[in-house]
Amino acid sequence: MTRIAKLFERLGREDQPGLIAYITAGDPDPGRTASLVLALERGGADLIELGVPFSDPIADGPVIQLASERALRAGTTLHSVLDIARQIRAQSEIPLLLFSYMNPLVRYGFEALARDAVQAGIDGCLFTDLSVEEADPYVASIRKAGLDTVFLAAPTSTMRRLQLVAQYSTGFVYLVSRTGVTGEHDSLSDSIGPLVKNMRAVTSLPLAVGFGISRPEQAATVGRLADAAVVGTAIVKLVQRHGADPDLESRLESFARDLKQGLRRPA
Amino acid sequence: MISQPDEKGHFGPYGGRYVPETLMAPLEDVEAAWRESREDPAFQAELKELLATYAGRPTPLYFARRLTESLGGARIYLKREDLLHTGAHKINNCLGQVLLARRMGKKRIIAETGAGQHGVATATVCALFGLECIVYMGEEDMRRQRLNVFRMRLLGAKVVGVSTGSRTLKDAISEAMRDWVTNVSTTHYLLGSALGAHPYPVMVRDFHRCIGEEARVQILERESKLPDAILACVGGGSNAIGAFYAFIPDGSVKLIGIEAGGRSEKLGEHAARFSGGAPGVLHGARSYLLQDEHGQVSLTHSVSAGLDYALIGPEHAWLHDQGRAEYVSIPDGEALAAASRLCRTEGIIPALESAHAVAEALRRAPTCPGQVFIVNLSGRGDKDIDIYRENFPELDRADGDTQSA
Repeated sequence: MTRIAKLFERLGREDQPGLIAYITAGDPDPGRTASLVLALERGGADLIELGVPFSDPIADGPVIQLASERALRAGTTLHSVLDIARQIRAQSEIPLLLFSYMNPLVRYGFEALARDAVQAGIDGCLFTDLSVEEADPYVASIRKAGLDTVFLAAPTSTMRRLQLVAQYSTGFVYLVSRTGVTGEHDSLSDSIGPLVKNMRAVTSLPLAVGFGISRPEQAATVGRLADAAVVGTAIVKLVQRHGADPDLESRLESFARDLKQGLRRPA
Repeated sequence: MISQPDEKGHFGPYGGRYVPETLMAPLEDVEAAWRESREDPAFQAELKELLATYAGRPTPLYFARRLTESLGGARIYLKREDLLHTGAHKINNCLGQVLLARRMGKKRIIAETGAGQHGVATATVCALFGLECIVYMGEEDMRRQRLNVFRMRLLGAKVVGVSTGSRTLKDAISEAMRDWVTNVSTTHYLLGSALGAHPYPVMVRDFHRCIGEEARVQILERESKLPDAILACVGGGSNAIGAFYAFIPDGSVKLIGIEAGGRSEKLGEHAARFSGGAPGVLHGARSYLLQDEHGQVSLTHSVSAGLDYALIGPEHAWLHDQGRAEYVSIPDGEALAAASRLCRTEGIIPALESAHAVAEALRRAPTCPGQVFIVNLSGRGDKDIDIYRENFPELDRADGDTQSA
């Protein structure tokens, strides 16, 4: 059983929703990311999405675009992201999901990636711009290495597509809560309820909801509907604002703690 | 050659659909509407009528007599797409897609533009059909194609400057995709080149295939034989695939695509994807991509904004690998010189993009006596006047009119 599967099994047993934290690896520099991830874990994050920076992040809003630019300027490559995973794994058992656009992975080669990712302690992969229709050759290498493959479901996905997404996913399914790019929003999307309901009808996999969740009360609402909430932009924004400050770690830890508090279901 | 693409939009190993899941159902909708429209006589009749009476099709195939004589080799014909309404081939695709948008009930149209020709054509068809129009354009391209920015605004479009990355076509497409993923229920993305996720590459080809179909009939009338070569510039590759497509089964006809050689052969200073790139994934499709060793998309450069892009359309990648088409590159300076020569021998000011194809014809013609070349003159050069002025400063002096050719 993968670390991701074990996590959701435990959360299910405890009847608590999980907190998934996204961070752009290498922002503000590759040497800092492991320490930021460990801070998020101390605050209560249950799973980390390690974002591989890319030059043309079409699914991301301005905050994560800028984070990618900072990470690339700091010299971050897929090699360094795997190094970061190794550093985290030396100190923690938190599940790690590699979160990436396709091209850096295609360039690295999927056979090599699968091998090196396992060796670095990565537990699964999510490909932002890979449709299930194109997925077969890539998923084959990743699965053979024992890694989970998480696919995105969207408010625009038809029932037929939701079934395909479920079929290609292992570990959990990532539900995109709104049509649009990553970013913060004042209110949660109305699409979440129907999307969770439709996805539940076709799969027994755990469901995580992301895109536009940035505050504890929003996480709380999502936590009542799904198995986990994903927070990305709000975390990356803290890194953007306080990247040069020594107290960034404690800020991330306390932000994660607030989110986790919001998520907690009464016993 | 096997008919391409397959039902999922693959040209051999290229093309396909590499997009976030949110865009998959909308792409399926566009594909369904496009397939239905191909079988719908009313749609086809309306498109044909607009192409004839509004855009100006068929365009002439013009024998460039003075140019041919000065080169002393191949006989050179120009397919005059520059004479179309709005000044380039782009209007063919825009008319097709705007009819599709209307069929799908979309009231808001977004587009990207590099040189501004696709933006102007999109703004034009939106004005014609009374649709809201937003065009994304890199700030660097807005600077060098100022005239087209103003034309778009005059036509009622909103031009949104993109300040990320290299501030050129690549970044404009990324921003248009972000808009589409956000406003997908109301909006049609009128993509302007043979790029992007399926069905765009095959659909855009379909709307431009009239270029080659007309040229094939016209050259047979004039020369009673097929041409020896078709030459066309390739940014994303829409004018080239439109010109090539009818000739693909004619094995004797060389298909020659011309990429931007830019300032030098160093990565970042050109847009020659075949000599400098490797297969990769960008903006929805797999094809040859200019990138660094870590898979980050590299910056590109060309004097011509319309050729300044890191990925080549997937069907060109396939034609290249099959050996059916040949791709070469022309540096900035040679394109400018070719433009000047066409101005003075034929009285035609070409777009800088098209000047790259003219330059390749100038290279080849002297050693090909008895052959017939067709150069697809994809656009006219009015939009490039500022760049021509920068590069021919002597013509701006008081005695500029005494300079000889």
